[in-house]
Amino acid sequence: MIEGILIGLKTALSFQNLMMVMIGCFAGTIIGMLPGLGPMTAIALMIPITYGFDPATGLILMAGVYYGAVFGGSTSSILINAPGVPGTVATSFDGYPMAQQGKAGKALAIAAYSSFAGGTIAAIFLLFAAPSLSKVSLSFRSPDYFGLMILGLTAVAAFSSKGNFLKAMMMCVLGLMLASVGQDSLSDITRFTFNNMNLSDGISFVLVVMATFAMSEALTIILKKNDPTKAAKQISLTDLGSIKISKEEKKQMAKTIPRSSVLGFIVGVLPGAGATIASFLAYGMERNFVSNEEKEKFGKGSVQGLCAPETANNAACSGAFVPLLTLGIPGSGTTAVMLGALLGFGIQPGPRLYETNPEIFWSVIMSMYIGMVVLLILNLPLIPYIARILAVPRTFLIPMILFFSVTGIYLMSFNNFDIFLMIGIAVVATILRLYDFPMPPLILAFVLGGLMEENLRRSLLISDGSWNFLWNRPLTLCIMIVILIIVGWQIYNSFFKEKL
Amino acid sequence: MKINSVKIISLLFFVLSAFYLYTAYQIQVFSFDEDSPFNAKTFPIYLGYAGMFFAGLKIALPDSKPIKIDPAYLDFKKTILLVITMIFYGATILKVGFFLSTSLFLVAAYYFLGERRWKYILIFSFPFVAIFMYLLHGLLSVYLRDPLLKYIGIMG
Repeated sequence: MIEGILIGLKTALSFQNLMMVMIGCFAGTIIGMLPGLGPMTAIALMIPITYGFDPATGLILMAGVYYGAVFGGSTSSILINAPGVPGTVATSFDGYPMAQQGKAGKALAIAAYSSFAGGTIAAIFLLFAAPSLSKVSLSFRSPDYFGLMILGLTAVAAFSSKGNFLKAMMMCVLGLMLASVGQDSLSDITRFTFNNMNLSDGISFVLVVMATFAMSEALTIILKKNDPTKAAKQISLTDLGSIKISKEEKKQMAKTIPRSSVLGFIVGVLPGAGATIASFLAYGMERNFVSNEEKEKFGKGSVQGLCAPETANNAACSGAFVPLLTLGIPGSGTTAVMLGALLGFGIQPGPRLYETNPEIFWSVIMSMYIGMVVLLILNLPLIPYIARILAVPRTFLIPMILFFSVTGIYLMSFNNFDIFLMIGIAVVATILRLYDFPMPPLILAFVLGGLMEENLRRSLLISDGSWNFLWNRPLTLCIMIVILIIVGWQIYNSFFKEKL
Repeated sequence: MKINSVKIISLLFFVLSAFYLYTAYQIQVFSFDEDSPFNAKTFPIYLGYAGMFFAGLKIALPDSKPIKIDPAYLDFKKTILLVITMIFYGATILKVGFFLSTSLFLVAAYYFLGERRWKYILIFSFPFVAIFMYLLHGLLSVYLRDPLLKYIGIMG
């Protein structure tokens, strides 16, 4: 492992990769600060750029963007009560009241230090958990993988769709349908191409991500008459105040950080849960741990109330890399986008990544830590300036997003069919978004579609067409039970709580 | 059962899934693969049924929290104009070339979104695209097809 860490450090500390971490964190902070434009959009816009790099560098850039976007989301949560990403909603509960009391600088510093601590502790967990899990996952068979993929899709649909389970499941099926277009991987028979040669290679992953996130986000902003840059204009006008944290506050944070990090990391590892659930759970847990006097301050500017969700959401971001790197199965929409990008590089994440591409495996883990340092050292003092850069009018911002989306696809295929297809998917995605149909399950399903079919094929061929592979192995059986519990819980909610 | 937009979208999805299922059954597989436990059409067939099942449930089950969207709060005009501009951009990019089509797309998009400061519109279109092209083509050696600039002799 020491050798691996050294390989990772050597790769991550190369001049090019250090620059990528910095650029990623910086770009991610800017995009994450804009309400509505989250980490997935930020990463989607980066994908065409990363194809010019080697895989390690590309992934390091995307990891930096991911952290930067989460940090940027916290900033707008604290300063103007407009969370840039759902994972930072809980941050606004105490961060915004602090800003209103003239302690915006302090709130930002607490958020930055908490994020740093949470991310660092989780990166250390990842350092030990990932190789161990990689070794365990070598014993996984096709039925287990198939079960895990169903679990991932069900969990994302259940936990990240704000009670719209059926809508999320429909989006999963749509994602799988889109993934089935093109040549069948084994027999080379073309499916759903309608004799169009442009579809014989299937629909590009970048095209679907750009259409469903970057482009449809931009169209939704216009359609709903939103102005994401309004937030930035307010930030630049805010008097941030001192960023100094008192001894008493440091003591309070020292108690909160370890428990929130552990919770955040565990929740992050679970498929579908992610930073949003981690931050809410950490906030709730912290409220139960603190004294009655401190409990009264929750929601009115409590240091621990701000520290807990910020620590947890960053720890969850690191935790989300565990299933991606060790099993090759992303647990969230954001890591699904990263998986798609890795597949584009010709790299299949999974248990063998640890052995076949140790430089990628370790450099990503090491760059996470470096990313945390970059966020702390560079971004915190730069926040007021970043905010000023952001005060560009929406009339310029939206065309730029559309331009980067179209150019990204054009540079990959040099044909206009892909551009038209992207516009079509973006229009449909915009309408679906309007009626709360979630997009992350679609992306996750699209990325997993090929792998799912492959594992189902192997499982069915081995069991001679029988579906008993779903309960023959204890591990597959356990996974199926968890899936049934999740689905059962959703049905219970729909019939007894009327949330469906 | 009250009909609302979500139910209509679900119904469309149901029809799409049914069409997908029909097309999946039409996939021609190799004769030796026809009776295999798994062939090229097995997974799509399952997907078709799954899509119909979830869409059917969404249509049949009552919507406890229907989404109400007031069209008065939506800016259809600008959105449609932007989509048309993008289609036009996509249609011209190969024939006219990257530089001119992208620059014109940006000018049109800024204008349609309400920008009227021509100084900024021009700065963030033609020079911006030129710098972008130089970064891609000149520095990163990414090929950009541009018949116009090739004809003028700017690009090789």
